[in-house]
Amino acid sequence: MKIKLLLAITILLCGTTIVSAQTTFPVNDVADARTGYYAFTNATIVKDGKTTLDNATMVVKDGKIQAIGKIAAPEDAVVIDCKGRFIYPSFIDMFSDYGIPVPQRTSGGFNFFGPQQFTSNTKGPVNWNQAIRSEVNAIDLFSVDAAKAKQLRDQGFGTVLTHQKDGIARGTGPVVLLGDEKENLLILKDKAAAFYSFSKGTSTQSYPSSIMGSVALLRQTFIDADWYKKNKPQKEGLNLSLEAWNNSASLPQVFESTDKWTDIRADRVGDEFGVQYIIKGGGDEYQRIKEIAATKAPFVITLNYPETQNVADPADARFVSLKDMKHWELAPSNPAYMEKEGISFAISAADLRDIKSFLPNLRKAIENGLSESAAFDALTKTPATLLKIYDQVGSLEPGKTANFLISTGNIFDENTTIVENWVQGKQYDVNKTGARNLEGQYKLTLNGTEGSNNYILAIKKNNQANVIAKDTLTAQFKPDGKLISLSFSAKQQGKTFLTQKPDSSSAGRLSSGSAIRLSGVDYGNIWEGVGTDANGNTLTWTATFEKELPGKKDTIRKKTTAALAKITYPFGSYGNEKMPEQETILFKNATVITNEKEGRLTGTDVLLRNGKIAQIGKNLPTQGARVIDATGKYLTPGIIDEHSHIAAFSINEGAQSVTSEVRIGDNMNPEDINIYRQLSGGVTTSQILHGSANTIGGQAQLIKLRWGADDEGIKFKGADPFIKFALGENVKRTAQTTGNARFPDTRMGVEEVLADAFQRAKDYEAALKSGRKDVRRDLELEALVEILNNRRFITCHSYVQSEILALINVAEKYGFKVNTFTHILEGYKVADRIKQHGSNVSTFSDWWAYKQEVKDAIAYNAAIMQKMGLNVCINSDDAEMARRLNQEAAKTIKYGGVSEDEAFKMVTLNPAKALHIADRVGSIKVGKDADVVLWSHDPLSIYAKALYTVVDGTIFFDREKDEDRRKSIREERNRLIQKMLASSRSGAFTVPVRPTAQVVLHCEDHEQNEGILEVDSYDESL
Amino acid sequence: MKKIILYIVLFFVSINLLAQDDIYPAGPQKETIIIKNGTIHTATGAVIENGVLVLKNGKIFSVGKATSESGTIIDATGKHIYPGMILAGTDLGLKEIGSGVRGSNDYNELGDYNTSIRSLVAYNTDSRVINTLRSNGILLANVDPQGSLLTGSSSVVQLDAWNWEDAVYQADNGMHLNIPRMMQPFRRFFMMQQGTGGGNLVQEGISKIEEVERFLKDAKAYLNTARKTEINLKFEALRPLFEKKQKLFVHADISRQILMAIDFAKKFDIDVVVVGGSDSYLVADLLKQNNIPVILNAMHNLPVLDDDDIDQPFKTPAMLQKAGVLFAINDNHSNSRYRNLPFNAGTAVAYGLDKEQALQALTINAAKILGIDKKTGSIEVGKDANIIISQGDLFDMKSSVITDAFIQGRKIDLNNKQTQLYERYRHRYGIN
Repeated sequence: MKIKLLLAITILLCGTTIVSAQTTFPVNDVADARTGYYAFTNATIVKDGKTTLDNATMVVKDGKIQAIGKIAAPEDAVVIDCKGRFIYPSFIDMFSDYGIPVPQRTSGGFNFFGPQQFTSNTKGPVNWNQAIRSEVNAIDLFSVDAAKAKQLRDQGFGTVLTHQKDGIARGTGPVVLLGDEKENLLILKDKAAAFYSFSKGTSTQSYPSSIMGSVALLRQTFIDADWYKKNKPQKEGLNLSLEAWNNSASLPQVFESTDKWTDIRADRVGDEFGVQYIIKGGGDEYQRIKEIAATKAPFVITLNYPETQNVADPADARFVSLKDMKHWELAPSNPAYMEKEGISFAISAADLRDIKSFLPNLRKAIENGLSESAAFDALTKTPATLLKIYDQVGSLEPGKTANFLISTGNIFDENTTIVENWVQGKQYDVNKTGARNLEGQYKLTLNGTEGSNNYILAIKKNNQANVIAKDTLTAQFKPDGKLISLSFSAKQQGKTFLTQKPDSSSAGRLSSGSAIRLSGVDYGNIWEGVGTDANGNTLTWTATFEKELPGKKDTIRKKTTAALAKITYPFGSYGNEKMPEQETILFKNATVITNEKEGRLTGTDVLLRNGKIAQIGKNLPTQGARVIDATGKYLTPGIIDEHSHIAAFSINEGAQSVTSEVRIGDNMNPEDINIYRQLSGGVTTSQILHGSANTIGGQAQLIKLRWGADDEGIKFKGADPFIKFALGENVKRTAQTTGNARFPDTRMGVEEVLADAFQRAKDYEAALKSGRKDVRRDLELEALVEILNNRRFITCHSYVQSEILALINVAEKYGFKVNTFTHILEGYKVADRIKQHGSNVSTFSDWWAYKQEVKDAIAYNAAIMQKMGLNVCINSDDAEMARRLNQEAAKTIKYGGVSEDEAFKMVTLNPAKALHIADRVGSIKVGKDADVVLWSHDPLSIYAKALYTVVDGTIFFDREKDEDRRKSIREERNRLIQKMLASSRSGAFTVPVRPTAQVVLHCEDHEQNEGILEVDSYDESL
Repeated sequence: MKKIILYIVLFFVSINLLAQDDIYPAGPQKETIIIKNGTIHTATGAVIENGVLVLKNGKIFSVGKATSESGTIIDATGKHIYPGMILAGTDLGLKEIGSGVRGSNDYNELGDYNTSIRSLVAYNTDSRVINTLRSNGILLANVDPQGSLLTGSSSVVQLDAWNWEDAVYQADNGMHLNIPRMMQPFRRFFMMQQGTGGGNLVQEGISKIEEVERFLKDAKAYLNTARKTEINLKFEALRPLFEKKQKLFVHADISRQILMAIDFAKKFDIDVVVVGGSDSYLVADLLKQNNIPVILNAMHNLPVLDDDDIDQPFKTPAMLQKAGVLFAINDNHSNSRYRNLPFNAGTAVAYGLDKEQALQALTINAAKILGIDKKTGSIEVGKDANIIISQGDLFDMKSSVITDAFIQGRKIDLNNKQTQLYERYRHRYGIN
């Protein structure tokens, strides 16, 4: 009995192989169990990034590495001689969709004028939003794709983390091996990571329709999942998506980004909820490498470099932006920048147009400064460690899975080929032909009817052959694995080493009948076979390796030495090579428009120091300041645009009527060229508003036009938060042709949307105050509660008198104030009531007739409202007009006789008041921010140009220096066009020109005059 | 009591005003008008300080320093006198409410070959927009039909009329052609990885242009045929173009489109005008060599590309002037509805154009391009008395207040719907 037990234990302990050899799968054949016992001898074994063993042996059994070192091969193992070969751990791709069906979108997403879908189309007890697909486990969808597996193996990969690339929350993905066995045997880890993005993928649900909407949905889902976990809320019922979200929270969290700003945005969301995302980058991280490093996130980067474009025709080349061309040049440097900055990163083969370009592109990255060891780690240890599978793959260690490559040399050398890729101890050929190095000088002996003839045969690059008799003869040479075919003409004059591809049909050049044709087998150093001579007689032949060819063996890789494009801030045209710095500046002898009770001061000096206006007076001492002679010129406070849509990646989240949860500040684009253009028009501060697609839009972001700063750096810090509301035609979707399905469809409904939202906000606030623990934090209502408590302020898009009064009534009923009515083109009709309510107004000088609700708009609107005692602003809502807001203000003099001083305040001090920042900006007053403009003429004249635009004492626009910027744009464009042409000529894959669009976002309120290359915001459906 | 009467009067006035129905087109000029003491900008390059301008029988009778004529005297001391401005290309009178009210729009017809379409017949003299232009000094407008390829004939109208028959100033002066886009599809900044999508738009554009050329060749052949069994209205409508009684207005912005316009001029021996012309500065020399004039639509526009000079559209007029290209400045900004025409010229002045050259771009150059320069476009004896008087510099908004305007010597009413609503609410609030 005891012995029996002992035996059983012994079997259990020692005989695991025996036990595990059992499977449930029946065999339709005679059983053929193999142990896969191999010894790879005489190899250079790269165990990991630090350890390389020369002339070593690796023993593999049952798919695992058994031993490595200077050891003898076990007698019962199959010995594979790897002399001259390198063995590497195979690569790991942690951003793949290998073996997972590509999801198909059934129809388009949100379109401002298109049909709407308010609820999810996904069946089952899942999340309300179709883009939250946490319940998806890619392991359930996985099946082997032999063709794809081979492609990946050919590039050196043995392991991938795969997932379904669809949705904002994408569920989990497994780590699988790239073998062709049953799926059961290929899964290294069934749920290895959870995946996210800001792209809603195939979701047909309207929400979210913008980047900021995606951010809001992600944030709210974090909150919802936590609430669900803690409360198991009865009314929610079973929510598989939230359950899965919670269950996968402990896995590595991988976030797919598309560009540098998205990287940073994703990281911020992660920070807010205590998650460190692993970010799959967009390839332009080098452009903001400090900010990228500051995320402290590990990255997955791809080697998807921009294609060469055909810029031969200048009419085409004109439309390719400097930014795109610079990126074309610098993209291969991205990995090197990551390494230099000490960022942890893995390299993936994702996004490549042609997977075959992976290794060549990797080598390009190395040419551009990536170290080989960093490249190696990025393909092995880093992904394995991030995925917590380094105990199984990622290096060559006893006990690890036998996933390795056999190559002809250093894997990063251009001439190296991968011979075999072993997956879990199973051999897969990659390139047998290319792997066998045939290069060398051979003695060729032909034995035929005419006796024996000897030649010298020189083989180069495995596919070029010369037969040297009296002359050097070019031969057609075609090695094909084990078989060799060779033909040459004894009469042909040849040039040494004529480049020929093995299977090009240049054989036709040999006159028929004159060629000697040989066919044989490669036995290693001796080739042997039969053939026919020039006269058609049979012969036998041998070729014996004699010696290596003289000369260089490897072409030495040329490091790029030519000057590359400079990284500027922003990266595109007009960027700063070095960020401008705050200065002490003394403007001498200017006419100063103060906007204070002093009015206009002539012959006055203004000193800026430490970012503030330090002194105003006559004949101020220089005090070490940079002196700018302002004689005959006008110094004014910077222009403030109350209503702008520049510098953001999306403006409208129009998928629902109430979207107070979205924030413009989540998607700033600090590289928008319009920032610089508006600086040239004297603008220093802009309120970036949500669009007018819905009644309660998103949270606004106040910015200062700090050209070159990052997406946080342009924000106007410490200002009161605002939110955009809208009324009338846009929110009832008048202009759309397909009919509106979204409530409301009339101004009656708009009023009710407002009342309902504030009623819900009041109830929510009461629930919070009651101390209940199960109240779900609601980002949408939270913003409305802030309004009710005077902690957030409304700017409301409005036109006709009825809707203005309706909103005032709702506001007064629910106890809040409408801070600003914007557009307000019929404000003149109810100016007294607006005054009584206490709102500011912000309008256009002379726009009208672009839709029904502005047919009564008049150019005298601003003047009437000003005379009625309202605080009147003139805004742009237009990237172009914002450059001329001073002129728009001047129109109030023409239309309605506003005084010059009051007119200028409409674009400076008055918006500062409306935005609650008049203590900081809006006038020339000691202690205020040094946001000033020096004009060539009176700024109320059309002839005035901004000469200097200063923000916080830093000169961001200097009209003289602008000329230098233009010059460098021209020069740099020319250099890059020439380089692109050269690249094209030397055979780079070249595509037709792709014009770089200017994306100009706006309310979708009216047609606007932009450049020809404008792309409407609503073309971008996410 | 007096007050009450005043209020009653004002009340009725307001009711009338609202409908804009009491703004009557003026009758023919009867009295001689003498404008004195102002600065006369003739648009021939001359500036006459303290000038005297005499308008008689609808024509400019004399211009100089003095006159022996007698008549109604207008004292223009401190003011500036200019020829009436011409809006060189517009949908004025065809489009009332820009968006959402389809019924108010008649500017865009279906079809590719609309040569027989005439904008004039749909021109609505009662459009509320028209009067807001007159009060800013715009007295004539070239009304264009819009559409796909060949969109039809434009006509020049004067802006003080009862109906279109009354308004016509020069009928069917131009045939309009839109050049297809001729540019490859955009590269999307969010979607760098995406493929080109769509076909080769340049090739598509070229084949469309070739179709237009075939159409024109067919038309020419048809018109040369003596005996016709069937009348082709589309071809008949092209007769004035081939006889050079009409010009081809080619709407083209980027240089490749503009090159196509030049090609049309050469191939068919017709007069061609480029309309739009954003990139005209890139091909200015070629335009000059081929005598192709330009109507610049896009003055207050963003530059075409991020990489372009930030002030490119502003300085394009000065560059064309320097190259010797004949050009007019237009205003097609549909949100402010064309009344900022003088300020477009003001911007051109700020960026290098001479003030008198800028005036020409709004008057005589436009007249030349539209084929009406014999009748108008400058202050020269014998031309129509199309005259405006401005309080100050016409191009600078704060002083650009039109006090008087004459079309063919008729003193026109400068009120409009907006001034009337202004009055209505000044009345309501009792403010100045």
